[in-house]
Amino acid sequence: MSKGNASAAAPLVKASNGDALIEIHDLNKHFNLGGGQILKAVSDVNLKIGRGETLGVVGESGCGKSTMGRTVMRLYEPTSGNVMFDGKSLYDLKGSEMKAVRRDMQMIFQDPYASLNPRMTITDVIGEALDIHKLAGSRAERKKKVESLLDVVGLNPDHATRYPHEFSGGQRQRIGIARALAVQPKFIIADEPISALDVSIQAQVVNLMQDLQRKMGLTYMFIAHDLSMVKHISDRVAVMYLGRVVELAESSELYANPAHPYTQALLSAIPIPDPDIEAERERIELKGELPSPINPPSGCPFRTRCPLATEKCAKDTPALAEVRKGHFAACHYASV
Amino acid sequence: MERILEVKDLRVNFKVRGGTVQAVRGVNFHVNKGETVAIVGESGCGKSVTAQSLMRLVPSPPAVTTGSITFKGEEILMKSLRQMENIRGKEMGMIFQDPMTSLNPTLTIGKQIMEGLVKHQGLSTAAAKQRAVEMLKLVGIPNPESRVNQYPHEFSGGMRQRGMIAIALACNPSLLIADEPTTALDVTVQAQIMNVMKDLQVKFGTSIILITHDLGVVADVADRVIVMYAGKVVESGKTRDIFKNPKHPYTRGLLESVPRLDQKKDEPLIPIHGTPPDLIKPPAGCAFAARCKEAMRVCLPNDPALVSVEGEDHRAACWLNHPLAGEGGESA
Repeated sequence: MSKGNASAAAPLVKASNGDALIEIHDLNKHFNLGGGQILKAVSDVNLKIGRGETLGVVGESGCGKSTMGRTVMRLYEPTSGNVMFDGKSLYDLKGSEMKAVRRDMQMIFQDPYASLNPRMTITDVIGEALDIHKLAGSRAERKKKVESLLDVVGLNPDHATRYPHEFSGGQRQRIGIARALAVQPKFIIADEPISALDVSIQAQVVNLMQDLQRKMGLTYMFIAHDLSMVKHISDRVAVMYLGRVVELAESSELYANPAHPYTQALLSAIPIPDPDIEAERERIELKGELPSPINPPSGCPFRTRCPLATEKCAKDTPALAEVRKGHFAACHYASV
Repeated sequence: MERILEVKDLRVNFKVRGGTVQAVRGVNFHVNKGETVAIVGESGCGKSVTAQSLMRLVPSPPAVTTGSITFKGEEILMKSLRQMENIRGKEMGMIFQDPMTSLNPTLTIGKQIMEGLVKHQGLSTAAAKQRAVEMLKLVGIPNPESRVNQYPHEFSGGMRQRGMIAIALACNPSLLIADEPTTALDVTVQAQIMNVMKDLQVKFGTSIILITHDLGVVADVADRVIVMYAGKVVESGKTRDIFKNPKHPYTRGLLESVPRLDQKKDEPLIPIHGTPPDLIKPPAGCAFAARCKEAMRVCLPNDPALVSVEGEDHRAACWLNHPLAGEGGESA
């Protein structure tokens, strides 16, 4: 992995193969709550995702990871900033151009109970995507495509006429994946795709996603709060806190040598399923509560809970800077 | 060691349209004074129904509960509802998964802690309020004097769960039942809450039944583990034995299917294929056989008993542990 060719203020990390499918530049998404209150959900995010890469995005509830994903999908219009998708400036696209790009980017949602229309058969849930993008010439072709998609995600094609309530959570998530794959996308954002599933089923879905990525050359943004699973599936991981990316590195590097004090605390909080290791481990317990994104602290967003914070942290917001090759952290006192 | 809870052959059936769901199918376990017992298993394995039965919180009808639950020498299943009211909150406390839906949104946190103190311990309002402030302080809520007058919606998720713990422990119960207490919380908050529970357990000598699907949390806090599958206990034992020497293929499957943060190289996850059985028509033999890689011919028609295996107080229900099982076994 090598450093990008962007300016020093906005470090961009190139993916291992050097060819980025997505470039996020200075992305901001603020929500106006009325009464002069602005919720800064996403602030100054710069990221690149290479073709065929999986970028994991982790952070706690309210850190802006889902809003960031949805803004990159253009489900939200950004407050400022730019996203280059496959060489096109996403937010400048209009009408049919945007619709064409929508085919290339798809989303898998967290709750397989809420994200499938209960009144539609599985054929129609998946077929709807084919209809919108006119990918099936005849009813017979549509049926054949749906059945082959069900087969790809490991469901019985004979069940295509059933309704969502006839499937278990894991099976529904497979249906969600089949629907996303129907339009042959290049890029999939999976927003907490396994957190509603039981542990034995989570592994099935993650293995399926990895399998499909290898076969179809898909690029993923995998948003989750389960850091162990993110480490498992991601090539690189971005850690978010209060709307900002505070650390970014290759996943094994991030977990072995976390440089930002927030990442260090986050990793130490995760229990490891081994009683011998748990008996020895020291936890860095974070003091206090997450500050409100409506009124974030001045300077570094983490300073109110940080054991290393000084006056400098209240004044200057630390930029995401390279602390080691390909490893970036936004901290004045990042451990090197 | 003093046993404060003994559950024998607990069965809970729910009458539903189209049959009877056998949610709990003959569960046996015990809890000693001051220890933490984790009950693990997936959705629908009967772990929450088992926990709720201990406090007689499973509505009957539609549920039919049989068997025996002895708590401090008394049979819980024989108690009248009025007698149960004197046990709930006083002798047994419970923490639920979602603090927002289990707290009363119309009462201040203080009032909700005071309720049990006034009812069970006969404290005056003033004394109960003082105790409520102490409890909030104990669970690590800053400014407890002003927080005591606030409503649940003024608390964050982690704070609400601390409030729930304060309510559950206010009367110093002998047994605390925590049903997925940290599942709705972020990991850093989860670490705070588990620390609060561990501290209070040491302070009060409370026994804890922890219901969870998070094996990491189990490894961190449990003394013993009970693994449930399809309404039955399939393995039980000391935490170390369960993690280091699991004797049931389902337990092994659970451990293999979760990625570990401390793994250097990522090996592919080994999922458990298929889904749990329908408990309206549970299988005649081992309920896990249909998903088990090691299933043998004997497993489909015959349900294995929970028998002692290697390790102290370690039991598993699997034909592979039969003394004659081995090389010559025929696979199914």
